Amino acid sequence: MTRKQRRMTIIGGSLAVLALAAALVLNALRDSIVFFSTPTMVAEKHIAPGKRFRLGGLVQPGSLQRGDNLAVTFEVADGSAKLPVAYKGILPDLFREGQGVVAEGALDASGVFKADTVLAKHDETYMPKDVADALKKQGHWKDDYGAKTSDGVKPAATTAQGNPQGAVR
Amino acid sequence: MIAESGHYALVLALGLALIQSFVPLIGARLRDPALMNVARSTALAQLLFVGASFVALVTLHVTSDFSVANVYENSHSMKPLIYKITGVWGNHEGSMLLWVSILALFGGLVAAFGNNLPLSLRAHVLAVQAWVASAFYLFILITSNPFLRIANPPIEGRDLNPVLQDVGLAVHPPMLYLGYVGFSISFSFAVAALIEGRIDAAWARWVRPWTLVAWIFLTLGIAMGSYWAYYELGWGGWWFWDPVENASLMPWLAGTALLHSALVMEKRNALKVWTVLLSILTFSLSLLGTFLVRSGVLTSVHAFASDPTRGVFILLILCVFIGGSLSLYAARVSSLKQGGLFAPISREGALVLNNLFLTTACASVLVGTLYPLGLEVLSGEKISVGAPFFNLTFGPLFVPLLIAVPFGPMLAWKRGDLLGAAQRLLAAGILALLALALVWAWAHGGSALAPPAIALAVFVILGAVTDLVERVGMFRVPLGTALRRARGLPRSVWGTAFAHAGLGIALIGIVCETTWNSEYIGTMKPDDVAKVAGYELKLDGLFQRQGPNFREMIARFDVSRDGEALSVMTPSKRSFTTRSSSTTEAALLTRGASQLYISLGDVTAEGAIAVRIYHKPLVLLIWWGPVLMAFGGVLSLSDRRLRVGAPKPARAQQRLQPAE
Repeated sequence: MTRKQRRMTIIGGSLAVLALAAALVLNALRDSIVFFSTPTMVAEKHIAPGKRFRLGGLVQPGSLQRGDNLAVTFEVADGSAKLPVAYKGILPDLFREGQGVVAEGALDASGVFKADTVLAKHDETYMPKDVADALKKQGHWKDDYGAKTSDGVKPAATTAQGNPQGAVR
Repeated sequence: MIAESGHYALVLALGLALIQSFVPLIGARLRDPALMNVARSTALAQLLFVGASFVALVTLHVTSDFSVANVYENSHSMKPLIYKITGVWGNHEGSMLLWVSILALFGGLVAAFGNNLPLSLRAHVLAVQAWVASAFYLFILITSNPFLRIANPPIEGRDLNPVLQDVGLAVHPPMLYLGYVGFSISFSFAVAALIEGRIDAAWARWVRPWTLVAWIFLTLGIAMGSYWAYYELGWGGWWFWDPVENASLMPWLAGTALLHSALVMEKRNALKVWTVLLSILTFSLSLLGTFLVRSGVLTSVHAFASDPTRGVFILLILCVFIGGSLSLYAARVSSLKQGGLFAPISREGALVLNNLFLTTACASVLVGTLYPLGLEVLSGEKISVGAPFFNLTFGPLFVPLLIAVPFGPMLAWKRGDLLGAAQRLLAAGILALLALALVWAWAHGGSALAPPAIALAVFVILGAVTDLVERVGMFRVPLGTALRRARGLPRSVWGTAFAHAGLGIALIGIVCETTWNSEYIGTMKPDDVAKVAGYELKLDGLFQRQGPNFREMIARFDVSRDGEALSVMTPSKRSFTTRSSSTTEAALLTRGASQLYISLGDVTAEGAIAVRIYHKPLVLLIWWGPVLMAFGGVLSLSDRRLRVGAPKPARAQQRLQPAE
């Protein structure tokens, strides 16, 4: 093999791997990303039941109800709209009424958001970023929610999962 | 006084770094050894002053001096001593100070132990190191001064974020930074080589041990962080594909590629151009990681835009260093002579393949990490790129890499014999297929991908063993001879085997944990029994306890299996009054490499408590693997070849001097 042929082999191989990687990335970007919505956006967009998305907002005060065997229901509100959420499992440490929350799951046929993951952040002054942005955009932002960012060196999210098979792992 | 001294020491360190940035370069241009040696003294003095500054901040935290804003915001007088110390780097300002301290430490080490480097190379390396240092000193002094005073000092501090009050904080960030920042040395060497326009095998031999040191720390740092998240966050996950984690994984992937390509350069004087580029890219990814974590851009793109000083400053540093070094690379790369030819099937070829897959995998992580940020900035649309994305991209790219791993060390340099290597790996391959069949027969439920993945891991481990067996001629020569040969093998060969086997072991842990993890979630009253994976856990009762700066509720579980009492597990929930927040302390029971894991939820009105119990089979292998890899790295580092150091340049002129 001449020097040129050797070089071409290596370049060809590299291009093949890069093409493979690009195909994988594009495919994954099409199928596996999850969009973020607030209750208002859900009402406006008519998201189809069964389509996974992330729901963010504030936990409506007084809406949290605990059922049997760790089943909980609560409402997520963003000022102009509310959406009922059903979840089964242990809520994260900082889950509180009136605080920001992000849940991942899908709507069922009756319009209830079935969450399999509920996220809250560890710092009590923290507001999940998506929620804060959405609230700001809609003019519901209060300064006392605090803009202090979590200074965790490690991921600061706590997650509670009810259904590990379907959850993001 | 202490705060002002610490601040002043930091300013002095900046001054020294500025001198170190230019004087040695002028010296190298003028070929003046005195000026070039300035680099050595300034690097050591810089270490001294930054060290003093760091010690000052630690002292302020230990003595709970709440007149300093940083201490007030992150400390509490009742906090245990260890968390007072670790709290120093549990916040933005302190962790940046740790960052520059470690940068100065590496600079000081090069200055102190770089005596066998050519004078001009050392001058250039230390000068480049000082550019990085100056930029970050300026960043700290202008935007993140940890020594700021408060006009009216409060009597009590706001305490450290409870999640961070853990030994994990003592180990994880320093290790991670030793890794991150350690790559600055290979970066400085690369830029110095480009400035000098000269690069050879000796250069690779100097760079390799530094890269290896950084890689060892980064490996341990990432593994430690993963274990910390596993036991602290309370739901048993050990890797979240969180951007903060990806920020540390990317330099690791690039650094691993660099280790391998530097090997080719050292042994065969080939791949020079690529190795230099990889050195630059690895540290660039470290800088990118620092930017992602420290600028607040992850918390919110909008928070970043509304208080942009810090973020923009680091972004500027990022652009100057990455852009500058890549431009220099583009301008000077043609002056680096190509060396060493090799056939595609050869040790070099295998290492090129390794580099190809590692860098591509790294690029896919980069896309997954930056894409949501980019999309949000450009279109305002918010998405989350989580585990499914990385499983679909990173996973498939790692499979061919793992298949190739055992072949690499079997191939000869220059021109290898793939068929011969395959024959030698035949036994490993057959045993891996056997493992596949066994797992298939034994396992019920779970992903169909799990048995092949375990077979692949077994192949990687046995491949590493086969390499050693082949080298000592085990089973072909008498045992005594084989053992003697094994002792005589270079340490780096053992290092390779351990590191590669560690990869396989980690993979087994990952597959078993994700596939055959069993769990129980429910509410339990005292004397209730939960059954998980053959274990019986009886809730004994709930107790209250007062800790130094928290109250905790402890649940006592009696664990038994087949009626035989094994142990007692005590998970707890701590509530920290100062920050009015709580943490869940999971209880772990280790059985071999598997673990039982209990974390607590809320107490219901009827006095029952929500619990989450996991049985995680072979989960510990996930972290033993990286520890084994790091051990392999240490072995390789102690190899005679690296200890003795690079060969001195030939002193032909001296020998030709006429006798007087």
